[in-house]
Amino acid sequence: MTRIIDHAILGKLDSLKKVSFQFNGKSYEAYEHETVAAALLANGIRQLRVHEESGTPRGIYCNIGHCMECRVTVNHQPNVRACLTKVEEGMTIESGRRHPTPLKKTEGLQ
Amino acid sequence: MTDLIVIGSGPAGLAGAIAAAGTGLRVTVVDEFIRPGGRLLGQLHQEPSGEWWNGIKEAEKLQHEAHALGINIRCGVSVYNIETAEAGWKVYTNEGVLEAPFVLIATGAAEYPIPVPGWTLPGVMSIGAAQVMTNVHRVQAGRKGIIIGANILAFAILNELQLAGIKVDRVVLPEKNAVSRQAGEPEAVIRSLLNAAHLAPSALLRFGSRLMKNETIRNIGTRFYPKNGLKINGTPLQLRKAAVEIIGTEQVEGVRTVDIDAYGHVIPGTDRLYEADFVCIAGGLYPLAELAAVAGCPFEYIPELGGHVPRHSETMATPLPGLFVAGNITGIESGKVAMAQGTAAGLSIAKQAGKQAAASGRQLEQAIEHVRTIRQQVAIQFHPDIELGRSQMNEQWKAHEGTSVQPGEKIG
Ligand SMILES: Cc1cc2nc3c(=O)[nH]c(=O)nc-3n(C[C@H](O)[C@H](O)[C@H](O)COP(=O)(O)OP(=O)(O)OC[C@H]3O[C@@H](n4cnc5c(N)ncnc54)[C@H](O)[C@@H]3O)c2cc1C
Ligand code: FES
Repeated sequence: MTRIIDHAILGKLDSLKKVSFQFNGKSYEAYEHETVAAALLANGIRQLRVHEESGTPRGIYCNIGHCMECRVTVNHQPNVRACLTKVEEGMTIESGRRHPTPLKKTEGLQ
Repeated sequence: MTDLIVIGSGPAGLAGAIAAAGTGLRVTVVDEFIRPGGRLLGQLHQEPSGEWWNGIKEAEKLQHEAHALGINIRCGVSVYNIETAEAGWKVYTNEGVLEAPFVLIATGAAEYPIPVPGWTLPGVMSIGAAQVMTNVHRVQAGRKGIIIGANILAFAILNELQLAGIKVDRVVLPEKNAVSRQAGEPEAVIRSLLNAAHLAPSALLRFGSRLMKNETIRNIGTRFYPKNGLKINGTPLQLRKAAVEIIGTEQVEGVRTVDIDAYGHVIPGTDRLYEADFVCIAGGLYPLAELAAVAGCPFEYIPELGGHVPRHSETMATPLPGLFVAGNITGIESGKVAMAQGTAAGLSIAKQAGKQAAASGRQLEQAIEHVRTIRQQVAIQFHPDIELGRSQMNEQWKAHEGTSVQPGEKIG
């Protein structure tokens, strides 16, 4: 998605220092001090995880820490909220995966 | 050593910290967001005077004031539990346990979701999420959006999206059901928008304030509300359309709507599909009060304040010793009211902490009076009967005064 560099009232974005990070094994660029959720959206990525049981895609919902929809794994720590976490140089981020549900009859589980 | 732990660095928490620290108390503020300011961050609207209210600037001012007073502000720290300690309170965070004789909970508000089918698709977000993405992170929420839900916050943020050059294709209502209730009824929506006329789209305001005060005319007005909606800076406000499904496979591709009558009933055979790559759901706000419940604070249910609210006095005290609340946790109001409440809370804590000289009773009285004055002046009012809600809480407080409450004994 496009960044809003110039804003009629808020002015120009000043801190434009770039950092690089990995998401699901691919490298992306972010601006320093922005959240993982913002950096990913700026790179056109909306899907942060799949639902653990159904496997359907999920992205941010509230963007301020309330809904827990944006859970990702950051530097091997699972269940970190992408909307509250600042992206850092060299950070590795993985999206949440579907879990097996051996005791439940689920169709279409690979 | 800390005398006061403030949970939340929004306008209420920061103002409370500043007032308390001003009397000599040592204050630590914790907040789970990446920077201080709470929901001030992202607010951007023009006051009736024509001046811009830029929440980011307001937050920076408070932050500087706090730093000058030596207040320790810790961001990226989430609180998940509060318990009584030997002398005061234990506050459990992801960075360990903090302890202090006084705690001010200023956790603000959260948004009511409206679960429209398809709402879990990436690209569907709350209206507040779009505000933060746009004005705080400066990343466009998408190329073309549809807002579901017509309330004061939706209009404020519609305007912010437009300012940032993001196209909002239309505003529609949620389908009327047990969850959306009045938010799905055009007649009720118009009534509530009229109460917030100063922020309502100007076309509706003109249309409204002249004609719509009278109930019969209002009913006729809703019935004949233009089918394509009135435009707000180019975005049609379609009060006679309801979203029935958000469409997409990997992410949002569009919204399926139906036409509705003045009471929200679906008119058969009116299905339409509108393309969009993002959708904002505007369900309104409620006080984020779990931590007060966990601490054992009694609650009152007052719809005018936004729902379940911790019982508190005008001095922002709860029935639990040393535990105070301020800001939207006590009822949904604008940032300026939250700030004024924070100041009252800070002074009230200072008084209890024995900082009598600095926080004389007079100063506290003035701060409480200031909350009332600001309430009458603010540009944004979320509930038309806020005054009624506030007086109900005061009555509840008086009715229970003197009865003792054990921390952790009673929830809700
Ligand atoms: C999405 C949204 C948009 C809004 N837009 C406007 C607007 O445009 N204009 C307007 O006047 N009002 C707006 N409001 C109302 C807003 O709530 C008030 O203006 C004001 O910000 C309330 O101040 P506060 O200090 O009570 O809480 P907030 O400003 O909400 O601050 C609360 C802080 O507490 C932190 N917090 C919450 N829980 C925890 C926890 N467990 N651990 C650590 N930290 C925590 C949060 O991260 C947040 O920073 C909006 C509210 C929301 C939710
Ligand atoms: S998007 Fe809701 S918690 Fe992150």
